[in-house]
Amino acid sequence: MLDQVSLALDRGEALLLTGPNGAGKSTLLRVLAGLCPFQGGSFTFEGRKGGTPEQALDIAYLGHLDALKPGLTLRENLALEAGIGGGTCDDALEALDLLALADLPTRLLSAGQKRRGAFARVMLRQAPLWLLDEPSLGLDDNAIATLGTLMAAHRAAGGMIIATTHVVLPLPESRRFVLTPQEGSTWI
Amino acid sequence: MDMSLFLALIGRELRLALRHGADTLAALLFFVLCGSLFPLALGPSPALLHRMAPGIIWVCALLATLLPLDRLFSADLEDGGLDHLLLLGLSPAFVALAKIISHWLTTGLPLLFAAIPLSLMLGSAPGDTLPLLAGLALGTPLLSLLGGMAAALVLGARRGGVLLPLLILPLATPVLIFGAASADAATNGRSFGPELDFLGAFLALALVLCPFAAGSGLKAASS
Repeated sequence: MLDQVSLALDRGEALLLTGPNGAGKSTLLRVLAGLCPFQGGSFTFEGRKGGTPEQALDIAYLGHLDALKPGLTLRENLALEAGIGGGTCDDALEALDLLALADLPTRLLSAGQKRRGAFARVMLRQAPLWLLDEPSLGLDDNAIATLGTLMAAHRAAGGMIIATTHVVLPLPESRRFVLTPQEGSTWI
Repeated sequence: MDMSLFLALIGRELRLALRHGADTLAALLFFVLCGSLFPLALGPSPALLHRMAPGIIWVCALLATLLPLDRLFSADLEDGGLDHLLLLGLSPAFVALAKIISHWLTTGLPLLFAAIPLSLMLGSAPGDTLPLLAGLALGTPLLSLLGGMAAALVLGARRGGVLLPLLILPLATPVLIFGAASADAATNGRSFGPELDFLGAFLALALVLCPFAAGSGLKAASS
Protein backbone atom coordinates (compact mmCIF):
# COMPACT_ATOMS: atom_id res chain seq x y z
CA MET A 1 0.00 0.00 0.00
CA LEU A 2 2.82 2.39 0.85
CA ASP A 3 5.56 2.98 -1.70
CA GLN A 4 8.51 5.37 -1.85
CA VAL A 5 7.97 6.76 1.64
CA SER A 6 11.07 8.00 3.42
CA LEU A 7 11.36 9.94 6.66
CA ALA A 8 13.91 10.81 9.31
CA LEU A 9 13.37 12.30 12.76
CA ASP A 10 15.77 13.83 15.28
CA ARG A 11 15.44 13.85 19.05
CA GLY A 12 12.86 16.37 20.24
CA GLU A 13 11.21 16.54 16.85
CA ALA A 14 7.58 15.86 16.05
CA LEU A 15 6.03 14.79 12.80
CA LEU A 16 2.40 15.15 11.79
CA LEU A 17 1.19 12.64 9.24
CA THR A 18 -1.75 13.93 7.26
CA GLY A 19 -3.57 12.87 4.16
CA PRO A 20 -6.99 11.70 3.03
CA ASN A 21 -8.72 8.61 4.44
CA GLY A 22 -7.08 5.46 3.19
CA ALA A 23 -3.80 7.15 2.36
CA GLY A 24 -1.92 4.76 4.65
CA LYS A 25 -1.26 6.92 7.73
CA SER A 26 -2.29 4.24 10.22
CA THR A 27 -0.51 1.57 8.20
CA LEU A 28 2.71 3.58 8.28
CA LEU A 29 2.47 3.88 12.07
CA ARG A 30 1.85 0.14 12.41
CA VAL A 31 4.81 -0.62 10.15
CA LEU A 32 7.03 1.63 12.28
CA ALA A 33 5.74 -0.06 15.44
CA GLY A 34 6.73 -3.43 13.99
CA LEU A 35 3.14 -4.67 13.89
CA CYS A 36 2.97 -4.85 10.09
CA PRO A 37 5.79 -6.44 8.13
CA PHE A 38 7.88 -4.57 5.57
CA GLN A 39 7.64 -5.83 2.02
CA GLY A 40 10.76 -3.81 1.29
CA GLY A 41 12.65 -1.01 2.99
CA SER A 42 13.72 -0.67 6.58
CA PHE A 43 13.36 1.22 9.84
CA THR A 44 16.35 2.10 11.97
CA PHE A 45 16.21 3.52 15.46
CA GLU A 46 19.48 4.82 16.92
CA GLY A 47 21.38 2.52 14.63
CA ARG A 48 19.38 -0.58 15.54
CA LYS A 49 17.05 -2.32 13.17
CA GLY A 50 13.33 -2.13 13.95
CA GLY A 51 10.68 -4.80 14.21
CA THR A 52 12.35 -6.97 16.88
CA PRO A 53 10.85 -7.58 20.34
CA GLU A 54 13.72 -5.63 21.98
CA GLN A 55 13.14 -2.69 19.67
CA ALA A 56 9.47 -2.63 20.72
CA LEU A 57 10.53 -1.17 24.08
CA ASP A 58 11.73 2.02 22.35
CA ILE A 59 8.24 2.58 20.99
CA ALA A 60 4.94 3.55 22.53
CA TYR A 61 2.00 3.00 20.21
CA LEU A 62 -1.50 4.43 20.51
CA GLY A 63 -3.88 2.82 18.04
CA HIS A 64 -7.42 3.62 16.97
CA LEU A 65 -8.75 1.26 19.61
CA ASP A 66 -8.22 2.00 23.27
CA ALA A 67 -7.55 -1.67 24.14
CA LEU A 68 -8.84 -1.32 27.70
CA LYS A 69 -10.49 -4.46 29.07
CA PRO A 70 -13.98 -3.45 30.28
CA GLY A 71 -13.84 -5.79 33.27
CA LEU A 72 -10.52 -4.50 34.64
CA THR A 73 -9.90 -1.19 36.39
CA LEU A 74 -7.70 1.45 34.75
CA ARG A 75 -4.89 0.58 37.12
CA GLU A 76 -5.11 -3.14 36.26
CA ASN A 77 -5.32 -2.36 32.56
CA LEU A 78 -2.12 -0.36 32.71
CA ALA A 79 -0.21 -2.64 35.09
CA LEU A 80 1.80 -4.41 32.37
CA GLU A 81 3.02 -1.16 30.81
CA ALA A 82 3.80 0.28 34.23
CA GLY A 83 5.99 -2.78 34.78
CA ILE A 84 7.89 -2.13 31.55
CA GLY A 85 8.55 1.57 31.98
CA GLY A 86 9.31 1.40 35.68
CA GLY A 87 7.07 4.42 36.33
CA THR A 88 4.10 4.38 38.64
CA CYS A 89 0.58 4.23 37.34
CA ASP A 90 -0.52 7.05 39.64
CA ASP A 91 1.80 9.66 38.10
CA ALA A 92 0.54 9.02 34.59
CA LEU A 93 -3.09 8.93 35.71
CA GLU A 94 -2.63 12.11 37.74
CA ALA A 95 -1.16 13.89 34.71
CA LEU A 96 -4.23 12.95 32.68
CA ASP A 97 -6.66 13.80 35.46
CA LEU A 98 -7.79 10.18 35.79
CA LEU A 99 -6.64 9.36 39.31
CA ALA A 100 -10.16 9.55 40.76
CA LEU A 101 -11.30 6.95 38.22
CA ALA A 102 -8.31 4.63 38.59
CA ASP A 103 -10.16 1.93 40.51
CA LEU A 104 -13.36 1.87 38.46
CA PRO A 105 -13.93 -0.85 35.86
CA THR A 106 -13.20 0.77 32.51
CA ARG A 107 -16.62 -0.21 31.14
CA LEU A 108 -18.01 2.64 33.28
CA LEU A 109 -15.78 5.29 31.69
CA SER A 110 -16.79 7.62 28.85
CA ALA A 111 -15.14 7.47 25.43
CA GLY A 112 -12.92 10.47 26.20
CA GLN A 113 -11.88 9.06 29.56
CA LYS A 114 -10.97 5.76 27.90
CA ARG A 115 -8.92 7.64 25.29
CA ARG A 116 -7.03 9.37 28.10
CA GLY A 117 -6.53 5.98 29.72
CA ALA A 118 -5.05 4.69 26.48
CA PHE A 119 -2.76 7.73 26.39
CA ALA A 120 -1.64 6.94 29.94
CA ARG A 121 -0.38 3.62 28.56
CA VAL A 122 1.80 5.51 26.08
CA MET A 123 3.30 7.60 28.88
CA LEU A 124 3.91 4.60 31.13
CA ARG A 125 6.07 2.83 28.58
CA GLN A 126 8.61 5.68 28.92
CA ALA A 127 9.72 5.07 25.36
CA PRO A 128 11.61 7.68 23.32
CA LEU A 129 9.39 7.35 20.24
CA TRP A 130 5.63 7.89 20.47
CA LEU A 131 3.47 6.71 17.58
CA LEU A 132 0.04 8.27 18.02
CA ASP A 133 -2.88 7.40 15.76
CA GLU A 134 -5.36 10.27 16.08
CA PRO A 135 -4.62 10.87 19.77
CA SER A 136 -7.29 13.56 20.19
CA LEU A 137 -10.16 11.27 19.12
CA GLY A 138 -13.14 11.94 21.41
CA LEU A 139 -11.27 14.34 23.72
CA ASP A 140 -12.66 17.68 24.94
CA ASP A 141 -10.71 20.98 24.72
CA ASN A 142 -9.28 20.66 28.22
CA ALA A 143 -8.02 17.15 27.57
CA ILE A 144 -6.48 18.20 24.25
CA ALA A 145 -4.65 21.02 26.03
CA THR A 146 -3.37 18.50 28.61
CA LEU A 147 -2.26 16.29 25.75
CA GLY A 148 -0.34 19.26 24.31
CA THR A 149 1.47 19.85 27.60
CA LEU A 150 2.41 16.19 27.92
CA MET A 151 3.65 15.98 24.34
CA ALA A 152 5.71 19.15 24.79
CA ALA A 153 7.26 17.71 27.96
CA HIS A 154 8.07 14.50 26.12
CA ARG A 155 9.82 16.43 23.33
CA ALA A 156 11.65 18.67 25.78
CA ALA A 157 13.08 15.50 27.34
CA GLY A 158 14.44 14.44 23.96
CA GLY A 159 11.51 12.30 22.89
CA MET A 160 10.08 12.02 19.41
CA ILE A 161 6.47 11.96 18.27
CA ILE A 162 4.88 10.81 15.04
CA ALA A 163 1.15 11.48 15.04
CA THR A 164 -1.59 11.10 12.46
CA THR A 165 -4.44 13.53 12.57
CA HIS A 166 -7.33 15.08 10.73
CA VAL A 167 -7.78 17.92 13.22
CA VAL A 168 -5.42 20.50 14.67
CA LEU A 169 -3.15 18.97 17.30
CA PRO A 170 -1.27 21.05 19.90
CA LEU A 171 2.13 20.13 18.47
CA PRO A 172 4.06 23.39 17.89
CA GLU A 173 6.99 23.47 15.48
CA SER A 174 6.22 20.05 14.13
CA ARG A 175 6.97 19.01 10.60
CA ARG A 176 4.14 17.84 8.37
CA PHE A 177 4.24 14.92 6.01
CA VAL A 178 1.34 14.50 3.60
CA LEU A 179 0.56 11.04 2.33
CA THR A 180 -1.41 10.95 -0.89
CA PRO A 181 -2.31 7.63 -2.45
CA GLN A 182 -1.67 8.55 -6.08
CA GLU A 183 0.98 11.26 -6.38
CA GLY A 184 3.37 9.99 -3.69
CA SER A 185 4.18 11.76 -0.44
CA THR A 186 5.40 15.28 0.16
CA TRP A 187 6.89 17.34 2.97
CA ILE A 188 5.34 20.70 3.72
CA MET B 1 13.28 -12.69 28.11
CA ASP B 2 11.81 -10.84 31.02
CA MET B 3 10.41 -13.50 33.34
CA SER B 4 8.55 -11.11 35.62
CA LEU B 5 6.73 -9.61 32.64
CA PHE B 6 5.79 -13.11 31.45
CA LEU B 7 4.38 -13.94 34.89
CA ALA B 8 2.60 -10.57 35.04
CA LEU B 9 0.96 -11.37 31.72
CA ILE B 10 -0.28 -14.72 33.06
CA GLY B 11 -1.52 -12.94 36.21
CA ARG B 12 -3.45 -10.44 34.12
CA GLU B 13 -5.07 -13.21 32.10
CA LEU B 14 -6.08 -15.03 35.30
CA ARG B 15 -7.55 -11.83 36.71
CA LEU B 16 -9.55 -11.35 33.52
CA ALA B 17 -10.78 -14.95 33.75
CA LEU B 18 -11.87 -14.35 37.35
CA ARG B 19 -13.74 -11.16 36.41
CA HIS B 20 -15.59 -13.07 33.71
CA GLY B 21 -16.26 -15.99 36.01
CA ALA B 22 -19.30 -17.21 34.09
CA ASP B 23 -17.26 -17.79 30.94
CA THR B 24 -14.63 -19.62 32.94
CA LEU B 25 -17.13 -21.84 34.71
CA ALA B 26 -18.92 -22.66 31.46
CA ALA B 27 -16.26 -25.16 30.36
CA LEU B 28 -16.28 -26.85 33.76
CA LEU B 29 -20.07 -27.08 33.86
CA PHE B 30 -20.10 -28.42 30.33
CA PHE B 31 -17.63 -31.14 31.37
CA VAL B 32 -19.69 -32.26 34.34
CA LEU B 33 -23.05 -32.02 32.56
CA CYS B 34 -21.82 -33.78 29.45
CA GLY B 35 -20.32 -36.59 31.54
CA SER B 36 -23.48 -37.04 33.57
CA LEU B 37 -25.61 -37.41 30.43
CA PHE B 38 -23.96 -40.74 29.56
CA PRO B 39 -25.53 -42.77 32.42
CA LEU B 40 -28.91 -41.40 31.36
CA ALA B 41 -28.41 -42.44 27.75
CA LEU B 42 -26.58 -45.74 28.28
CA GLY B 43 -28.55 -46.98 31.26
CA PRO B 44 -27.33 -47.29 34.84
CA SER B 45 -25.53 -50.65 34.49
CA PRO B 46 -22.42 -50.31 36.73
CA ALA B 47 -20.42 -52.80 34.68
CA LEU B 48 -21.02 -50.90 31.42
CA LEU B 49 -20.32 -47.48 32.93
CA HIS B 50 -17.23 -48.77 34.69
CA ARG B 51 -15.97 -50.07 31.36
CA MET B 52 -16.70 -46.80 29.54
CA ALA B 53 -15.78 -44.27 32.23
CA PRO B 54 -12.22 -43.47 31.00
CA GLY B 55 -13.38 -42.89 27.43
CA ILE B 56 -16.32 -40.75 28.50
CA ILE B 57 -14.18 -38.57 30.74
CA TRP B 58 -11.52 -38.09 28.09
CA VAL B 59 -13.97 -37.18 25.33
CA CYS B 60 -15.76 -34.73 27.64
CA ALA B 61 -12.43 -33.21 28.69
CA LEU B 62 -11.40 -32.75 25.06
CA LEU B 63 -14.68 -31.06 24.14
CA ALA B 64 -14.69 -28.88 27.27
CA THR B 65 -11.16 -27.69 26.46
CA LEU B 66 -12.35 -26.58 23.02
CA LEU B 67 -15.09 -24.33 24.40
CA PRO B 68 -13.10 -21.27 25.56
CA LEU B 69 -10.52 -21.47 22.73
CA ASP B 70 -12.68 -19.42 20.40
CA ARG B 71 -12.23 -16.35 22.61
CA LEU B 72 -8.64 -17.06 23.66
CA PHE B 73 -7.06 -14.59 21.25
CA SER B 74 -10.01 -13.12 19.34
CA ALA B 75 -11.11 -10.87 22.22
CA ASP B 76 -7.66 -9.27 22.19
CA LEU B 77 -7.68 -8.93 18.42
CA GLU B 78 -11.03 -7.15 18.46
CA ASP B 79 -10.26 -4.59 21.17
CA GLY B 80 -6.74 -3.81 19.94
CA GLY B 81 -5.13 -5.42 22.97
CA LEU B 82 -3.18 -7.86 20.81
CA ASP B 83 -1.07 -4.99 19.41
CA HIS B 84 -0.05 -3.99 22.90
CA LEU B 85 0.70 -7.58 23.92
CA LEU B 86 3.02 -7.88 20.92
CA LEU B 87 4.72 -4.60 21.86
CA LEU B 88 5.53 -5.75 25.40
CA GLY B 89 9.03 -6.71 24.34
CA LEU B 90 8.31 -10.43 24.66
CA SER B 91 8.65 -12.59 21.59
CA PRO B 92 5.22 -13.48 20.11
CA ALA B 93 5.82 -17.13 21.06
CA PHE B 94 6.02 -16.22 24.74
CA VAL B 95 2.90 -14.04 24.51
CA ALA B 96 1.10 -17.05 23.04
CA LEU B 97 2.57 -19.36 25.69
CA ALA B 98 1.37 -17.07 28.49
CA LYS B 99 -2.16 -17.13 27.07
CA ILE B 100 -2.00 -20.91 26.66
CA ILE B 101 -0.79 -21.40 30.23
CA SER B 102 -3.62 -19.24 31.52
CA HIS B 103 -6.06 -21.24 29.39
CA TRP B 104 -4.81 -24.41 31.06
CA LEU B 105 -4.95 -22.89 34.54
CA THR B 106 -8.55 -21.77 34.04
CA THR B 107 -9.82 -24.77 32.04
CA GLY B 108 -7.52 -27.80 32.28
CA LEU B 109 -6.68 -27.58 35.95
CA PRO B 110 -10.31 -27.25 37.15
CA LEU B 111 -11.15 -30.22 34.90
CA LEU B 112 -8.68 -32.35 36.87
CA PHE B 113 -10.59 -31.66 40.07
CA ALA B 114 -13.99 -32.12 38.44
CA ALA B 115 -12.84 -35.43 36.96
CA ILE B 116 -12.62 -37.01 40.43
CA PRO B 117 -16.35 -36.85 41.29
CA LEU B 118 -17.27 -37.59 37.67
CA SER B 119 -15.17 -40.75 37.57
CA LEU B 120 -16.60 -41.96 40.90
CA MET B 121 -20.08 -41.19 39.62
CA LEU B 122 -19.44 -43.36 36.55
CA GLY B 123 -18.55 -46.28 38.80
CA SER B 124 -14.75 -46.20 38.75
CA ALA B 125 -13.01 -47.70 41.76
CA PRO B 126 -11.26 -45.07 43.93
CA GLY B 127 -7.97 -46.72 43.02
CA ASP B 128 -8.48 -45.90 39.33
CA THR B 129 -8.69 -42.18 39.97
CA LEU B 130 -4.98 -41.56 40.36
CA PRO B 131 -3.95 -43.08 37.00
CA LEU B 132 -6.79 -41.19 35.31
CA LEU B 133 -5.62 -37.91 36.86
CA ALA B 134 -2.03 -38.64 35.86
CA GLY B 135 -3.15 -39.02 32.26
CA LEU B 136 -5.30 -35.90 32.39
CA ALA B 137 -2.49 -33.91 34.04
CA LEU B 138 -0.32 -34.63 30.99
CA GLY B 139 -3.14 -34.53 28.45
CA THR B 140 -4.96 -31.30 29.33
CA PRO B 141 -1.86 -29.05 28.94
CA LEU B 142 -1.26 -30.81 25.65
CA LEU B 143 -4.82 -30.01 24.55
CA SER B 144 -4.33 -26.38 25.63
CA LEU B 145 -1.11 -26.14 23.59
CA LEU B 146 -2.63 -27.69 20.47
CA GLY B 147 -5.79 -25.67 20.88
CA GLY B 148 -3.91 -22.43 21.49
CA MET B 149 -1.86 -23.04 18.37
CA ALA B 150 -4.95 -23.69 16.26
CA ALA B 151 -6.78 -20.69 17.76
CA ALA B 152 -3.87 -18.40 16.88
CA LEU B 153 -3.60 -19.80 13.36
CA VAL B 154 -7.28 -19.24 12.53
CA LEU B 155 -7.26 -15.82 14.21
CA GLY B 156 -8.72 -13.16 11.97
CA ALA B 157 -10.08 -15.73 9.52
CA ARG B 158 -13.74 -15.56 8.63
CA ARG B 159 -15.65 -18.40 10.31
CA GLY B 160 -12.62 -19.18 12.41
CA GLY B 161 -14.92 -20.64 15.04
CA VAL B 162 -16.04 -23.36 12.62
CA LEU B 163 -12.53 -23.99 11.38
CA LEU B 164 -11.12 -24.34 14.87
CA PRO B 165 -12.56 -27.74 15.92
CA LEU B 166 -11.83 -29.11 12.44
CA LEU B 167 -8.20 -28.15 12.88
CA ILE B 168 -7.81 -29.32 16.46
CA LEU B 169 -9.67 -32.63 16.49
CA PRO B 170 -7.28 -34.49 14.15
CA LEU B 171 -4.32 -33.19 16.14
CA ALA B 172 -5.97 -34.14 19.41
CA THR B 173 -6.79 -37.74 18.45
CA PRO B 174 -3.40 -39.13 19.58
CA VAL B 175 -3.90 -37.41 22.93
CA LEU B 176 -7.35 -38.93 23.24
CA ILE B 177 -6.16 -42.41 22.21
CA PHE B 178 -3.19 -42.59 24.58
CA GLY B 179 -4.96 -40.77 27.40
CA ALA B 180 -8.03 -43.00 27.33
CA ALA B 181 -5.84 -46.08 26.83
CA SER B 182 -3.79 -45.28 29.95
CA ALA B 183 -6.93 -44.87 32.06
CA ASP B 184 -8.41 -48.01 30.53
CA ALA B 185 -5.27 -50.02 31.26
CA ALA B 186 -5.34 -48.88 34.87
CA THR B 187 -9.01 -49.84 35.20
CA ASN B 188 -8.24 -53.34 33.96
CA GLY B 189 -5.22 -53.70 36.21
CA ARG B 190 -2.61 -53.52 33.44
CA SER B 191 0.46 -51.31 33.42
CA PHE B 192 -0.29 -47.84 32.07
CA GLY B 193 3.31 -46.58 31.99
CA PRO B 194 3.92 -46.69 28.22
CA GLU B 195 0.82 -44.64 27.42
CA LEU B 196 1.82 -41.98 29.93
CA ASP B 197 5.32 -41.99 28.42
CA PHE B 198 3.81 -41.26 25.03
CA LEU B 199 1.67 -38.44 26.45
CA GLY B 200 4.74 -36.98 28.16
CA ALA B 201 6.73 -37.16 24.94
CA PHE B 202 3.92 -35.42 23.03
CA LEU B 203 3.75 -32.76 25.71
CA ALA B 204 7.50 -32.10 25.55
CA LEU B 205 7.31 -31.78 21.78
CA ALA B 206 4.21 -29.56 21.82
CA LEU B 207 5.65 -27.32 24.53
CA VAL B 208 8.52 -26.45 22.22
CA LEU B 209 6.71 -26.27 18.88
CA CYS B 210 3.16 -25.02 19.54
CA PRO B 211 4.05 -21.61 21.06
CA PHE B 212 6.18 -20.78 18.03
CA ALA B 213 3.43 -21.69 15.58
CA ALA B 214 0.93 -19.77 17.73
CA GLY B 215 3.28 -16.77 17.92
CA SER B 216 3.59 -16.54 14.15
CA GLY B 217 -0.20 -16.85 13.93
CA LEU B 218 -0.57 -13.88 16.30
CA LYS B 219 1.90 -11.82 14.33
CA ALA B 220 0.17 -12.59 11.05
CA ALA B 221 -3.24 -11.73 12.54
CA SER B 222 -2.08 -8.35 13.85
CA SER B 223 -0.65 -7.19 10.53
